[in-house]
Amino acid sequence: MAGLLLRRAGGIAVTLLVTSFLVFGSVHLAPGDPASFLLGGRSASPAAVAAIKEQYHLNDPFLVQYAKWIGGVVTGDFGKSAQFRQDVAGLVMARLPTTLWLIGYAALLIVIGGLAFGAVAALRRGVVDRLVLVGTGIATATPSFVAAIGLISLFSVQLGWFPAFGNGSGLGDRVHHLTLPAAALALTFVGLLARVTRTAMLEELGREHVEVARSRGVPGSDVVRRHVLRNALGPISTVTGTVVAGLLVATSIVETAFGLSGVGQLLVSSVTVKDFPVVQAVSLLVVLAFVTANLVVDLLHPLIDPRLTRPKGGTA
Amino acid sequence: MTAPLLDVENLTVRLAQGRAARPVLHGVSLHVAQGEAVGLVGESGSGKSVTCRAALGLLPEGAAATGALRLDGDDVLTMSPARLRELRRQDVSMVFQDPRASINPLRRIGDFVTEGMRAGGVPRKDALRRAAELLESVGIREPRAALRRYPHEFSGGMLQRVMIAGALAGEPRLLLADEPTTALDVTTQAEVISILTRLQAERGMGMLFVTHDLELAAAICDRIYVMYAGRIVESQTAEGLFGRPRHPYTTGLLAATPRLESDRAPRGVPGRPLSLAEAPDGCAFAARCAHALPRCGEGEPAPRDIEGAQVACLRAEELIHD
Repeated sequence: MAGLLLRRAGGIAVTLLVTSFLVFGSVHLAPGDPASFLLGGRSASPAAVAAIKEQYHLNDPFLVQYAKWIGGVVTGDFGKSAQFRQDVAGLVMARLPTTLWLIGYAALLIVIGGLAFGAVAALRRGVVDRLVLVGTGIATATPSFVAAIGLISLFSVQLGWFPAFGNGSGLGDRVHHLTLPAAALALTFVGLLARVTRTAMLEELGREHVEVARSRGVPGSDVVRRHVLRNALGPISTVTGTVVAGLLVATSIVETAFGLSGVGQLLVSSVTVKDFPVVQAVSLLVVLAFVTANLVVDLLHPLIDPRLTRPKGGTA
Repeated sequence: MTAPLLDVENLTVRLAQGRAARPVLHGVSLHVAQGEAVGLVGESGSGKSVTCRAALGLLPEGAAATGALRLDGDDVLTMSPARLRELRRQDVSMVFQDPRASINPLRRIGDFVTEGMRAGGVPRKDALRRAAELLESVGIREPRAALRRYPHEFSGGMLQRVMIAGALAGEPRLLLADEPTTALDVTTQAEVISILTRLQAERGMGMLFVTHDLELAAAICDRIYVMYAGRIVESQTAEGLFGRPRHPYTTGLLAATPRLESDRAPRGVPGRPLSLAEAPDGCAFAARCAHALPRCGEGEPAPRDIEGAQVACLRAEELIHD
């Protein structure tokens, strides 16, 4: 187990290093001159331009720029934001709590909603199943900005139940403020997880050990819990892990729509103004979220399926 | 003779009523007494598994059953779901064909063996203690440790022993065995059979043993029913069936069995087995029968008593196959 963890940690480090290079490279490939933005569009003296270029190492060859940047990153220094004139790390950290709250809230809705709708559809074939299939089809096809507008219009403007704007402070107020954004964020993925749950449970329902359990006088609810849902957890957890990691990207739209100052919104505003140190830092954070989610799912799988406890070969 | 433990009377099962109502069993009658081992023999699709499962109240989805299937006088077909669960926990249990598919691979052996007991309200500790005893009685070494292990750590033969232990957990009076050795290696088959018959005798259970292997059925059963296309075509004591098979199908099955003591190659039954749905009016076996007469196709032959055997063949008296 310790060996496995070490190998996985090494794998994560390599993944992060490779993606950091790709992130850094793609930001530099994007058209436009960072220096001209850094000067705020003003016409500046050549001396001022030179000073800016010096500060952001824009004159160095690409690889040297990368080496200087990655050298800072490993010590926690992501550089200075051009638009805010602040440390990138501080900027991101200040916005991270709101985003994590939003992601956690949405993840909760996704897991509860996805499992509930999926299970109901699998167990109540017929009208209920068809309704869930249509509903999840619509949910999956609804972009989060459309969901956001619909939710704001109904629950904020017409009913006035939830605020349409702002982060909120304190637990209750925060939950109140984040309910609509979390719902808008979750909608698509509730549909996705419901469908995955439905398919996985239907597959398990057809298995012989389910019939055997019934033939032994085990009540239906126990059969579903211990044999059907339990055995469907593999695909469900895999999809949930990927979805939750992907939420970090999806927050950019929802945070913008609801005026939340979170990491997603920071990414959008930074891309718009070509604030490359921030874009690089947030992109790395997204990669980190994905590898972490995958690691968690991989560590959970042997607990779900005991046949995976001793992996064969050295693949990490 | 006292009332039989299991009494199936004129059981007919039709699949999925509506557009394509297909019969799978037609007028099946059989009985199993306390402590008696009864064989149910036939080819694939003859309806033997459906008959066996019906005794647990497990019918194929959407199937409709008529007739009666009584356990100690209670009709299983009309039981409430709660009573049916109780029956499955305490009175009847089944050993399934493929233990690898029948035991949840993600749960521990202990969970499997104790599942029925726990559903019946037995405290966990007591159920586990009892499960260890059961595992010991089916010859699993270190039963306490085995309870904490997972199915993939056991061989097929060992897993089938676990299955038997699980089936015995509720102290059933009737044990159904649906081809319990078909999925196993030949070498482990004999072990599993000897465990099964020993425990059946020790506990005085009635046993309905489903198999396609006539020799195996004859070796362990007191009486044997032979099924063809959803009907019972012959029933006799095991010795009687071997000594004087009455139905041409039984004769054909016996001739198709390879034998060590003879150089003669086994002769197969010509044609292919029919399901009840495809069977024409009259005797379902007529198309494959060497002795068929025109009148065999006219009406379904009723089972008749002939010297202690029940045979559903018009020519049973003329055709004695010694």
